[in-house]
Amino acid sequence: MTLREAGGRVEVLARQFPTNRGGLCQKGWTAAELLDHPDRLTTPLVRDAGTGELRPASWAEAMERIVGGIRAVQDRHGRDAVAVFGGGGLTNEKAYALGKFARVALRTRHIDYNGRWCMSSAAAAGNRAFGVDRGLPFPLADLGRAQTLLLVGANPAETMPPLMRHVADQQATGGTLIVVDPRATATARQADLHLQPVPGTDLAVANALLHIALTEGWLDRAYVADRTTGFDEVRRTVAGYWPAEVERLTGVPVADLEATARALATARSAIILTARGAEQHAKGVDTVTAFINLALALGLPGRPGSGYGCLTGQGNGQGGREHGQKADQLPGYRSIADPAARAHVAGVWGVPADELPGPGVPAYQLLDSLGTPAGPKALLVFGSNPVVSAPRAARISGRLRDLDLLVVADLVRSETVELADVVLPTAQWAEEDGTMTNLEGRVLRRRAVRTPPPGVRTDLAILADLADRLGTKTGFCDDPAEVFDELRRASAGGVADYAGVTYDRIDATGGVFWPCPAPDAPDTPRLFTDTFPTPDGRARFRAVDHRPAAEEVCAEYPLRMTTGRVLAQYQSGAQTRRVAALRRAAPEAFVELHPDLAARLGVEDGEDVRVTSRRGEMRAPARLTPTIRPDTVFAPFHWGGASRANSVTNDALDPVSGMPEFKICAVRVERAEA
Amino acid sequence: MTTVVIVGYGMAGARLAAELHAQPGDRKVTVLGAEPHRAYNRIMLSTLLAGKLDEPDVELTEAAGHGVDVRTGVAVTAIDRAACEVLTDDGDRVGYDHLVLATGSRAMVPPLPGLDPAALPDRVAVFRTLDDCRRILAMVRGARRALVLGGGLLGLEAARGLAARGLDVTVVHPTGHLMERQLDPAAGAVLAGTLAGLGVRTRLAASATGLTADAHGVRLDLSDGSSLTADLLVLSCGVRPDTALAAAAGLTVERGVVVDDRLRTSDPRVSAIGDCAQHGATPSGLVAPAWAQARVVAQLLSGVDPHAAYRPRPAVTRLKAAGIDLAAMGDAAEGDRAGDEPVEELTFADPARGTYARLRIRDERLTGAILLGDNPAIGTVVQLFDRGAPVPSDRRALLLGRTLGGTPAAPATSPALMPDAATVCQCNDVSKGALVRCWRSGSRTVEAMSAATRAGTGCGGCRDALAGIVGWLAEVDPVADEPAGLAGTDPAGGGPPTLAGADLVNDDSPRTRHDRVEVA
Repeated sequence: MTLREAGGRVEVLARQFPTNRGGLCQKGWTAAELLDHPDRLTTPLVRDAGTGELRPASWAEAMERIVGGIRAVQDRHGRDAVAVFGGGGLTNEKAYALGKFARVALRTRHIDYNGRWCMSSAAAAGNRAFGVDRGLPFPLADLGRAQTLLLVGANPAETMPPLMRHVADQQATGGTLIVVDPRATATARQADLHLQPVPGTDLAVANALLHIALTEGWLDRAYVADRTTGFDEVRRTVAGYWPAEVERLTGVPVADLEATARALATARSAIILTARGAEQHAKGVDTVTAFINLALALGLPGRPGSGYGCLTGQGNGQGGREHGQKADQLPGYRSIADPAARAHVAGVWGVPADELPGPGVPAYQLLDSLGTPAGPKALLVFGSNPVVSAPRAARISGRLRDLDLLVVADLVRSETVELADVVLPTAQWAEEDGTMTNLEGRVLRRRAVRTPPPGVRTDLAILADLADRLGTKTGFCDDPAEVFDELRRASAGGVADYAGVTYDRIDATGGVFWPCPAPDAPDTPRLFTDTFPTPDGRARFRAVDHRPAAEEVCAEYPLRMTTGRVLAQYQSGAQTRRVAALRRAAPEAFVELHPDLAARLGVEDGEDVRVTSRRGEMRAPARLTPTIRPDTVFAPFHWGGASRANSVTNDALDPVSGMPEFKICAVRVERAEA
Repeated sequence: MTTVVIVGYGMAGARLAAELHAQPGDRKVTVLGAEPHRAYNRIMLSTLLAGKLDEPDVELTEAAGHGVDVRTGVAVTAIDRAACEVLTDDGDRVGYDHLVLATGSRAMVPPLPGLDPAALPDRVAVFRTLDDCRRILAMVRGARRALVLGGGLLGLEAARGLAARGLDVTVVHPTGHLMERQLDPAAGAVLAGTLAGLGVRTRLAASATGLTADAHGVRLDLSDGSSLTADLLVLSCGVRPDTALAAAAGLTVERGVVVDDRLRTSDPRVSAIGDCAQHGATPSGLVAPAWAQARVVAQLLSGVDPHAAYRPRPAVTRLKAAGIDLAAMGDAAEGDRAGDEPVEELTFADPARGTYARLRIRDERLTGAILLGDNPAIGTVVQLFDRGAPVPSDRRALLLGRTLGGTPAAPATSPALMPDAATVCQCNDVSKGALVRCWRSGSRTVEAMSAATRAGTGCGGCRDALAGIVGWLAEVDPVADEPAGLAGTDPAGGGPPTLAGADLVNDDSPRTRHDRVEVA
């Protein structure tokens, strides 16, 4: 989007760009409303020792309180007792600085971020198969040219509306759109074919599709032989996924499985995309792997107009996962366990490599350990609201309360801010420069149109000040351009190589696709055309098997709950719930029920229902719709308090990615007494 | 370290080996398979027969290595329960702490004059194993006509596979309709019609009375005195659990090796799974139960779940191949039985197009179903039957629904009929009423309306609807574009009566006569 400042107000204008093609949804159009919102924090807050309430404080008092708290915790419990929690909405510069701050200024191994709950399963599967994790290894516009497009657990019509312009192109030119989703979402209703599996069975669908492609002789055998390894084991595994059995498990008719396999395999070009519906499971990595196996067996990755990709969920979901916010990662998507990577980054940072901490633990494990005898006692949160967004959120709220020190940097009084000891008001998107990397791996500029209001600082300025007060006198800077130049050096030679990306080059071209190893080197809009960035240059198949959800239904909890987004709200809703137009469009949480289920439960449309799992309960009005399976209910996760869906969700984790099982748990639903 | 010996390396034995391999714990697993090749997927044999696959494509995951010793081409000749050993045909004795029988079943050869089960004639085969499949494929070369004796599920799969190779196939079946254990006569007739379209003829109510076969062909004599000749004959007359080892070892055997919920035979150190095992009244003969049993045994032997128990699922018979889509389950082949609770029946028949559906419902639960042909709710029906879940209140969803609730978005209705509150642009939450107000405040094109309301600026999916509304407004409310003098026929300043549905009373847009004059 483009911004214009007029009469002190910032106005949003649409911008013609290849990804959104001028499209914005209501969240984009109203984004500027938060800049001058009355709820905006413009002064630090500290929890008053006497009243126990948050009260305004000076920056000096707030910073002293933080530094004193950190020192006390470090002295008593060691450096790993201070933890950092970041967010996928932070710019590349901030994500990079936050990772460096944790490793250099705090010297703690404990940093992770909310992106762990977003793209981590696709990221892990992509790394495992391709040796790289870039959401789309091709420009988004390729979607419009795909003869067959398979969306798995993706609902862009509500979560990323401008993307549907490419889908409209795809359908207008005679392309086939197939959607896999347990709900008949707005996206699924536009599809030529909708597969509606039982939640938690997408992996079996993928293996059945590959089974059919195999039995029909539709594999790209030459591609499999020349560009991949490991197919034999996959072939033997999918031999066990004969369609009739998968139909019984998933509820997807064999005829529909066959039609899908045929559409993918016999198309000139075909793209398979996964999103959170397939990924936010305790088997999310394996589910994505199953779809990657399918794509590889059909020879799609690297073929023009074809491939596999993942739809990124957060503003800077891609860049935010490349430069060191992850527990096990250094800038440039390097591994913190790799001695060569440590040496390179330590060199850029001017510290001895052996002083860099080792890998920490993924987000949920980190938060679940807070305040426990072995866990961190202090936490700094930037750009995240885990009280609403964490699975099993009531438990995580308790952990946050057990901390000696909770510091939250935010724009508004989010639910997590309410638990903080110190709150730092931060600048917003339109008030600071920086870069973001979009779902295509295209690095974009974000330009400030005005300075932050008095009393508000940027995250970079906060980190630089804190580092200085903690005794790290150099290496932290509040100028995004300077931080980006350092990021380029730190990422040089890494998988996500930004060495050749400069602000000027982005300005001149509109965006630069990584990897881009030198200012005069070409960037990389399409990956995998000749080779994969694995040691042998081949993509890796990996045999994966279906397994039940971490929690299956039983007599006491006979229904499944799944969670997701609504169009007019975003993430934990801390920002979008404060925008009047969005509040009008989506004023409150709800629980979607099939009319048949509602009739059995004696619930009428609009009546409050209580949804209870083994972990907790939520309460919200029932919304009756035939678009959901009668054995499943749906609740959006944007609200806190009594209608917090994450009070109910399961904290079972994927063993590879640490992704929680947001998308399926066993529940009981009943009418809530007034 | 415990030693587990598995006899049989078919789908059940191989699955158990893989399941044991995946479980924690230290144990030695030896699998003894009589067939010389690695484990393969029997279900894919008919596809192999149809010529769509090569042999390696039907291989199953192998757990060899990692503490699992797979020995193929080794037949077990006896079990010495006293010594806890099995004896093999190569003279070896293999000791066990726990023995699992997964010996499967054998194809039955009917007692026909001219047919020796121990030495089938050149042009005659059963259809059970990979070797059988190879044998048939060898016979198919140069053949034009084939006979299949037996119109059950396997016989029809074989017939379809042969027809897919271009052979002229006739199925001979002794009862009055095909698959009589799963289908009612009406469904059987529809199925016969479907098969005819695929090049498979059926001879019903005809028993074989004799066989003549030589190196060039076969002649099958039928009970009605006629006979059929062909280049080859496939016998598909059912299977019989292979219980010889168990019976010789003194284990309790009825139709199969009798097992309890933990899959134990009458000797607690010996289990049986798959086709050879009889849990309840009859052996299942299907793969899915065999795999479920393998998982239970693996959980028990590894100690992962000491209380694991096998709970059989009701059988669902499924035949899905190019041109055929059939599912049968429960009591749908039965007629109403006197004295039972009243049963609700849903039926749909379109025999000309090969579609037939019959569903039986009792107490809001499916008790049986036959679905043949194009039945889009088939996945839902199978799941409702499997889980004993209540059926939809709108029964048509079971017969006609694509998927429950999966109705496509309603086509855009005429703008005149849309209520004002109807949302036109979901992305930006713009209602028809807001667009009408925008029109009245002076916007006259799609672009102008879009700029003013942001309708159509998200996914772009409503641009057609938006254009429709602009066109409609131009037609019913064109006054504003006309010279003021000519438009003066509407002194009240309200919209014309043709603006049906527009919310004029609550219209908060500034539309006055003065505005209109200015616009003009």
